[in-house]
Amino acid sequence: MSKDIKVALIGNPNTGKTSVFNRLTGLNQKVGNYPGITVEKKQGICRLSRGKKAHIVDLPGTYSLNTTSLDESVAVELLLNRNAPDFPDLVVVVSDVENLKRNLLLFTQIKDLRLPAVLVINMADRMKRKGISLDVAALEKKLQTRIALVSTRKNTGIETLKQIIEEYRCLSCQPTIDIKTIDPEYFQRLGKAFPNEDLYKLWVVITQDVNFTPLQKKLPGGEKSFEIKSRQELKKLQHKETIKRYQFINEILKESYAVDLKAARGLRASIDRVLTHRIFGYLIFFVILLTIFQAIFDWSSVPMDAIDAFFASASEWVKGALPEGILTNLIAEGIIAGIGGIVIFIPQIAFLFLFISILEESGYMSRVVFLMDRLMRPFGLSGKSVVPLISGTACAIPAVMATRNIESWKERLITILVTPFMTCSARLPVYLIIISLVIPQGRFLGLSFQALALMMLYLLGFMAAMVSAWALNRILKIPTRRFFMVEMPNYKLPLWKNVFYTVVEKTKSFVYGAGKIILAISIVLWFLGSTGFTEDYNNAETIVSDRVAGQGYTQYSKNYIASNLEAYESALEAETTDASRIADSLEARRGDLEARALSQEIASYRLEHSIIGNMGKFIEPLVQPLGYDWKIGIAVITSFAAREVFVGTLATIYSVGSDEEETIKNRMAAEINEEKGEPLFNLASGVSLLLFYAFAMQCMSTLAIVKRETNSWKWPLLQLAFMSTFAYLTALAAYQILA
Amino acid sequence: MRFTVAHLKRGERGIIKSFDQDILPIKLLELGCLPGNEVELIQEAPLRDPLYINVSGSHIAIRRTVALQIEIEPIQGHE
Repeated sequence: MSKDIKVALIGNPNTGKTSVFNRLTGLNQKVGNYPGITVEKKQGICRLSRGKKAHIVDLPGTYSLNTTSLDESVAVELLLNRNAPDFPDLVVVVSDVENLKRNLLLFTQIKDLRLPAVLVINMADRMKRKGISLDVAALEKKLQTRIALVSTRKNTGIETLKQIIEEYRCLSCQPTIDIKTIDPEYFQRLGKAFPNEDLYKLWVVITQDVNFTPLQKKLPGGEKSFEIKSRQELKKLQHKETIKRYQFINEILKESYAVDLKAARGLRASIDRVLTHRIFGYLIFFVILLTIFQAIFDWSSVPMDAIDAFFASASEWVKGALPEGILTNLIAEGIIAGIGGIVIFIPQIAFLFLFISILEESGYMSRVVFLMDRLMRPFGLSGKSVVPLISGTACAIPAVMATRNIESWKERLITILVTPFMTCSARLPVYLIIISLVIPQGRFLGLSFQALALMMLYLLGFMAAMVSAWALNRILKIPTRRFFMVEMPNYKLPLWKNVFYTVVEKTKSFVYGAGKIILAISIVLWFLGSTGFTEDYNNAETIVSDRVAGQGYTQYSKNYIASNLEAYESALEAETTDASRIADSLEARRGDLEARALSQEIASYRLEHSIIGNMGKFIEPLVQPLGYDWKIGIAVITSFAAREVFVGTLATIYSVGSDEEETIKNRMAAEINEEKGEPLFNLASGVSLLLFYAFAMQCMSTLAIVKRETNSWKWPLLQLAFMSTFAYLTALAAYQILA
Repeated sequence: MRFTVAHLKRGERGIIKSFDQDILPIKLLELGCLPGNEVELIQEAPLRDPLYINVSGSHIAIRRTVALQIEIEPIQGHE
């Protein structure tokens, strides 16, 4: 490890820095977090010649060392701290040939830190098309560095870059400009106060907190106090520095870089004219959105069904293969079911992020931000809130993480707080089963009522998000100094490799972010559902057997046995005419079915008297006004961790012994409200449930991620309280009005 | 009256004269929004906000409030 060359990769956003990183490291990369903060840390290993290796850190994209966000200050901190274990041996600055001038700003700053710096000029394949001519040798000389002309798209120049990395000791550490000249008097005093420190480095440390509260603001040299100028004055000096750097850059580019404007064809302008058009722009965006949703639902149903079947059979297999006992049950019903509950969402999430990353890679997302910004602002949101809100229809976890590029804290916070209202994929199983149960068949304008109901729920989630954003915007008093700015990168064909990495990364963040909690909760639920302290629970087997012997099976079990026998009988009659054989077979089958019905009734009885059953009964008075009984109460409690648990819990409670949707549905339809003597799941209670699940927080993982992103418990708890109250009240109103 | 980036029509250009140092973010300067540089209005969203501009080669969108702080000398004639 110590012999590896340590490389820091830095560059402006949209220069293809990540592509360079991917080209250098291939799949040898891992993503983590910087300790204590939520900035992603990407690292990878690059193989050089003769078995040597380079350890590469991909720093967050930044336009300069004047930091304005947490991400950027992470990059700067690393370059300043010589004692950090990650302190680089050399810095690779990635630039893009079309925007070389502004990319060089960062390069000159890095060089002035007296770090060995290599310049990568990416997107070399576009030079000809854009009429750009570049004298690399002359530029190398002027900048006193080495340059790798790279095209990540065509995969050229990477070997040259690797070679330069290997020979990093030959790189000059000569600075480019003399920082003293922007305010000689001030820098002279600074130099006197810290005689052993490099002036430019001191300057970067001082200006760190001009735009941002720094992670550490101690000047090297410790206690010594130094009169720091006012924010205003420092900012003025930063402006001066920027202007000075541009003068330097213009001077050196004059002889080595030229753009023949006649050769540059304005494809970008033509595409922009359509995509950012004030009417067509919105139409196209709307069509793209619809296409994406349609595709997600169509494409992910097949893998989702397969995953469902796989985990169901895995659970069965474990039960059969392992000796009966509590451990087996834990594995089969707690752990495997829990993992299945996570994996089932992977297809939808992966597909959504496939589309989002294609749109982002191509440069289209910036246009969406541009189009939507003004529309979102009355709600306290930014154009950059659109991506999180769309992602929220798959899963709120990656969506909340996608808010990081929103500059204003207030806009970002509101986005985080309202994103969970968007209809995520975990709500779908609940919606589908209840809709099919309570919404009548029939069509309106060619659309079925049930499809319309589902659409309404999506719309409702979106509207709840917007209305609460609007309210939050009024309530929250957060002054904000940051400015909205979005770069509109040139259109490019997406690099599939980058798209692939993004999809893998986002999916992983869901699996690890949500997965851990869903799994843990499934195990806890399993425990609560399979443990009881009452006599009733412990003697469930005898009690139920006695009851069956005395009063016979419950109506549901009777129906279950009868309908199964009927089907079996007709099947037999088609096969043989031998009446006595039919009777024998039927008798055997009846025995099987009765045994099964009995064990289902025992399981149901157990659950009723388990800890969780008692919890359900305990909250029954609370949920009764919403039209629910204690059984639904249990499902509401268990699905507090994750919404989709609702269906599985009902399956267990109603002891249908199978996750088969039709079976659960039939059983739910047969359920009677004991007080009123009418079906429990009717329009009123169904709508009440739908509304409850549309608005309630019911997702532990989202709470955890909001805690992480806002760095306090205050916001997730407020969010939980608000959403739950709102959900309860709307469900209550709906039931009371409809019933 | 001050003539600013926000006063440009689509396709029009101007040369940056000066701007309010205290209000404009340093990021804009870094992207090339400096006195003497050329700025072109490429597209405006409905309600003329935000504005999509090209400032010395950097294509960015900024909000109207910021654009109003960048004073320019309009370049006459067609684009």
